[in-house]
This record gives sequence, structure tokens and C-alpha cells, in this order.
Amino acid sequence: MSTAIDVQNVIKKYGQSTALQGVSLAIADNEFFTLLGPSGCGKTTLLRCIAGFEDVTAGEIHLFGQNIASLEPNLRPVNTVFQQYALFPHMTVLENVAFGLRMKRVPPEARRARAGKMLEMVHLSSFADRLPAQLSGGQQQRVALARALAPEPKVLLLDEPLSALDLKLRQAMRVELKQLQEDTGITFIFVTHDQEEALTMSDRIAVMSQGRVQQIGAAREIYEAPVNRFVADFIGETNLLEVQVERVLDGIAQVILPGGHRLTCPAAMMAAGPASGAGRHHLSIRPERLRLTPSGPLVAEVERIVYLGTDLHLLARLQDKTAVTVRIQNNTREGLPAPGTWVTLTPEDGAARLLAD
Amino acid sequence: MAGAAPQGPPQGSGQASGGSTGYRQIVGPLLLPTWAVIGVFLLLPVLLMGVYSFLTKEFRGGVIWDFTLAAYDQFFVTRGLFGDEPPQIEWTYIAIFWRSIWQAGVCTLICLIVGFPTAWFIATRPPAQRSVWLFLITVPYWVNLLIRTVSLKFLLRDNGPLNEGLMAIGLISDPLPLVNTNLAVQLGLFYSYLPFMVLPIYAAVERYNFALSEAAADLYATRWTILREIVLPVVKPGIVAGCILVFVPSLGAFLAPDLLGGAKTFMIGSLIDEQFKGSQGNWPFGAAVSMILMALVLLVLLVQARAAGKAGAR
Ligand SMILES: Nc1ncnc2c1ncn2[C@@H]1O[C@H](COP(=O)(O)OP(=O)(O)OP(=O)(O)O)[C@@H](O)[C@H]1O
Ligand SMILES: [Mg+2]
Repeated sequence: MSTAIDVQNVIKKYGQSTALQGVSLAIADNEFFTLLGPSGCGKTTLLRCIAGFEDVTAGEIHLFGQNIASLEPNLRPVNTVFQQYALFPHMTVLENVAFGLRMKRVPPEARRARAGKMLEMVHLSSFADRLPAQLSGGQQQRVALARALAPEPKVLLLDEPLSALDLKLRQAMRVELKQLQEDTGITFIFVTHDQEEALTMSDRIAVMSQGRVQQIGAAREIYEAPVNRFVADFIGETNLLEVQVERVLDGIAQVILPGGHRLTCPAAMMAAGPASGAGRHHLSIRPERLRLTPSGPLVAEVERIVYLGTDLHLLARLQDKTAVTVRIQNNTREGLPAPGTWVTLTPEDGAARLLAD
Repeated sequence: MAGAAPQGPPQGSGQASGGSTGYRQIVGPLLLPTWAVIGVFLLLPVLLMGVYSFLTKEFRGGVIWDFTLAAYDQFFVTRGLFGDEPPQIEWTYIAIFWRSIWQAGVCTLICLIVGFPTAWFIATRPPAQRSVWLFLITVPYWVNLLIRTVSLKFLLRDNGPLNEGLMAIGLISDPLPLVNTNLAVQLGLFYSYLPFMVLPIYAAVERYNFALSEAAADLYATRWTILREIVLPVVKPGIVAGCILVFVPSLGAFLAPDLLGGAKTFMIGSLIDEQFKGSQGNWPFGAAVSMILMALVLLVLLVQARAAGKAGAR
């Protein structure tokens, strides 16, 4: 597959502060690519650099092999769904959606037909003659989506396009967006800070933090093989235990757990790089892969049991006061330890991962 | 003012029983001061002027309480120099009106052309700088308008700094006749009313969401199209407000035409001004001219409001 967008070492500074500190990404054509990260990590800034609203301080962005540094935004075959919609307040919904087509000099009949089809797609046909101010937040967001899709861009940038919708509509739009992306073959760069959204929709995800890409990979890869502490912590829930690494050999590390027990675990990312070798590091174990066992390497005091419906969370504390969470399926009524009792825990095979910091 | 409130039912029960009547009972008296202000400062003077325009003039100013249409007759109708010819339309005052409208229109246009970029410039500075720029714009207006207009005259006159400077560097040999021209009046009007254009447009541009421009650029619009199709329609209320605020007072202005212009640049403001000065005055005529001017301004505002209403309902 060819590369749609190639971001090479992009640095963006606003005065003294640096919003992007050397970001590199290669996004394939037809890919549903997600930028995921906490608020302020630089997701919008990266989109703005791609769309052309910001000049990069350093680095290059290539669109289908062409360096677009000197291309004005109106000449880039890239459309944006803005985080704050940015609908034209003096134009009707239909005029908003048809705007890009009009600018591309699509003849009026074809323009109207296409805009009408777009409105149908976002279920707003009956709102065509309203002004944006007469729509709810969710409806405005859908108009923004239709407006950006109407001119059939090669790449669509979506800045948290579902954030204003209620849960039901959001879930429905997720499916529709994904379907739409597959049908049209447009490359989507989708920004969100909602990990569930990212995990369910994306072909690949780039997890960002503080202006850097922490990890790029498919949903499963990122969830199951996080490369560092930030990713492990940000995606899903995890238990982070501080451990003493004794040795690393062939991607397998032997560590000493809090409480003194030894454990061997995969440590692929430790083998290379300067962090390799002995020292204090963090071990990540997902709550659902930690088991209550009659004996095991971890000993913890139960603090509370939280009821979550299909699951229960058992909150406990190790001897060194590290909090750990164990997820237990809610199919047993008996045998749950009472708060205050001590239990032993065992991670499933391969569930414990040693992380770079 | 609290004493004016009626001893009606307590507000809570009044609302609970669902009466807008209860609400009105309270609001009505509370609005009294507003009505008093509007009445004393707005309606009463206009009413007075309306009545005066139908009275008979007394020599050396003042009026005689004899009702007549003489003032309006003087404005619209002529019967020759000695008043013995058949009545014809009097063009003198209509011409003055026309010239004033034209001058005010040109002044508004120039203020718009200069004011819009200025307002844009200020509104797009970092917030901390904006107040400094606004301050600089308004500083000259802390000085009395009369003094500013006189100083403009000093600047423009034959042996003023402008002409002397130009002669000193040899660009001209004789002083340019700047005072007593349309140009001088126009300059005076422009100088007087520019901030009334800049401020409302500034307020509109400052509220303008620049993401709209980005969205338009994202959808392949050029800079020029963005200005024409997005920016101007969105900030239009500010532009309209600025135009009204410049047009209306410059239509009735008399300081600039008086001080900087001559007989050929006579404007409505000066005409009215003259009627109330000294023994040459004619109060009913001055009042009649004022009434006609006011009717004209109201007409302009009405047309504008109709157009805005139509655009809003779209
Ligand atoms: N115009 C600007 N001037 C100065 N700093 C800016 C500007 N725009 C963004 N920043 C800074 O750059 C960083 C990244 O901002 P950005 O808007 O890209 O975050 P984000 O990841 O989109 O966050 P969110 O999820 O809240 O939208 C932030 O620290 C922000 O304060
Ligand atoms: Mg953002």
C-alpha cells in the first residue's frame, strides 16, 4: 500500500513552548489512523500542521510523496472536521455542506445532489434549510462531517468529531464512520482522547504524550504490548509494580517483585537501548490477567470490592503499599475474600511485561 | 424609586398563580424612571421642535404663537425674489440637503475604507496590545471637537505648516488653496468621525471566530473569497453600525463645514446653526429644517432595519 501522509521529524514551537517535539508517522492510503493522547499532547497541533494552518518549525510533511510545506491550506487535498465545528453561521446547513464543492467549481446541479446525499448520510436531510445556530451540538458536528466529506478529499482529518454526541449516537456514529471510511477509501486521521473509540475504530493507533509519539501499532498490539509506562497506563487499566531487574537475556528478564519473589517475564523493549540491564523498572500486569490463587508470587491485603456489573474489581495493597486491582468475572457468589484479609495473586503466563520508563 | 413599587401581592405568589399580570404590576412602575428620561431628554425636545416649526418667526430670534406653514413653505416653495411670482419648487435648500447627503456618504465610505483595515489590524493584535491601540485611536478625541477642527484649519491654511513645508522642499511655489474647499470639509468630517467607524467594526472583528476562515481555506476558498463570503457577512452588523454612526452625525455636522468650508460647501448643519444665531435667525425655519433632516435619517434607518430584518429571517 502506498503512503498517504509521511510526517518526518516534525517540530512545532509556539514561542518558548514546544507542542510537537519531533513527530514521525507514516500513514498508509485508505488507512483509518488514530491519534490518541491526553489533552494538550499535541494532537490538534499535528492536524493543523498537516492541514496547513500552522507552519512547522522543523521537519517535513509529505502528501502522496509531495512535500507540502509551501502549499497553502486551500491547495491541499485535505479536509478537516474541526473540534469546534466552525460552521459558517450565515449559511444554511445545505450551503455549508455545498461550500467546498462551490469552491471547486462543481456545477450547481451536481453540487446540490452531492450535498443532499451527504446530508442524507448524516441523517440531516430535513434540516437542510436551517442555520447552524438552530441545530443541537451533535447535529452541528454531523454537518461539519458532511461538509468536510462532500468534496471527496484524499485525506480527512477529524478532530474529536464525536465528542459532543451522547453515548448512543456516538456509538452509532462510530460504526457509520468506520463503514464510510471503508466504502470511500478516504484516508482518515482521527483524533480522540477516548481510548475505547480508538481501539474499536482504528486500523492503527499512534499514542501521543507531551508532543511525542510513544507507540504506533494496531489496537491489540498497543493494548497487549505497550512499550512504555505511559502507554501501558493510558490504554486501559493496568497495575504498575516497581521491580528490581536482575538480568535480561534473549528478551527474557528476571525481576524481583515487591515482597521478594522472583519472576521471569518478556522484556522485548529492554534488550535494545541504553535502559537495558539491571536497575529499578516497572512491571505492567492487566487487572484481568491477575488471578487469585492459593499461593503465588504476590501477597496483598484486600481493601475493597467494587461491583461493575459483569465484573468485580478487587482493590488490594501489596506489602510495600502499592495499589493493585484484580478483575474477577462476576459469576461466583462465594469465595470472595473479605476486606482486610490477605490473599495471594499470580499473573497469567506472559501477562507481566517489563516496561521502559 | 423603591417607594414607587405598589403594595401588590408578594412576587412569589404572583408568579405561582401564573400571572404575567403580577409581573407587569411590578415592572410597570420600575420602568417609570426610564420613561421619564426618554420623555424629558428625547420626546419633549423633538415635540417642542415640531411645534416651533409651525410657529411664526419673530425678528431678532424667538417665536410668535401664530400657527403657520410658513417655515415649510420657505423650504420647499419659492415665489420669486419679491414673492409675487407663481409658486415654484425652491431648489436652494434641497441642493444643500443633497450636498450634505453626498458629503456624508463620501465621508462614510472613506471612514469605512480606512476604518475597516484599522479595526482589523487592532483586533488581530495580541489581547494585551489591543487596548493600547484603541487608546491611541481615541486619544485625540479627548480634546474638544471645536479645537481639533480649528487646529486642522491652522494646519491647512496658506501659511500653515503643510503649505510652508511643501514650499520649503520646493514641491510647490504657491500655497495650495486647501481651506474653504470640499476637500477640507471632507477631511474635517473624516477626522471627526473615524473612531465611530473603527470601534463597532473592531468589536465585531474581535468576536469573529478565525476558525471560520480556516474552515473556508480548508474547503479550497482563496483569501479574497474568504473575505467576501465569510468575513464580511459575519462582521456585517459591526460595519452597518459603524456606517450609521458616521453617516448620521456627519449629515448634520456644522463645525467642520463652518470652519473649514466656504459658501460653496454650505451644509445642513450650518444652515440650522445659522437660524438660531443672532438677529439673522429664524427659529421656526431652523426647527422645520431639523424636522426634515430627522425624517430623512429615520427613513434611512428604517430602510436599513427592513433590509437587516429580511436578511435575519432568511
Ligand atoms: N496557538 C498556540 N499558542 C501557544 N501554545 C499553543 C497554541 N496552540 C496549542 N498550544 C499548546 O500546544 C500544546 C498542544 O496543544 P493541542 O491543541 O495540539 O492539544 P490537543 O492534544 O489537541 O489537546 P485536546 O485533546 O485538549 O484538544 C498545548 O500545550 C497547548 O497549550
Ligand atoms: Mg485538540
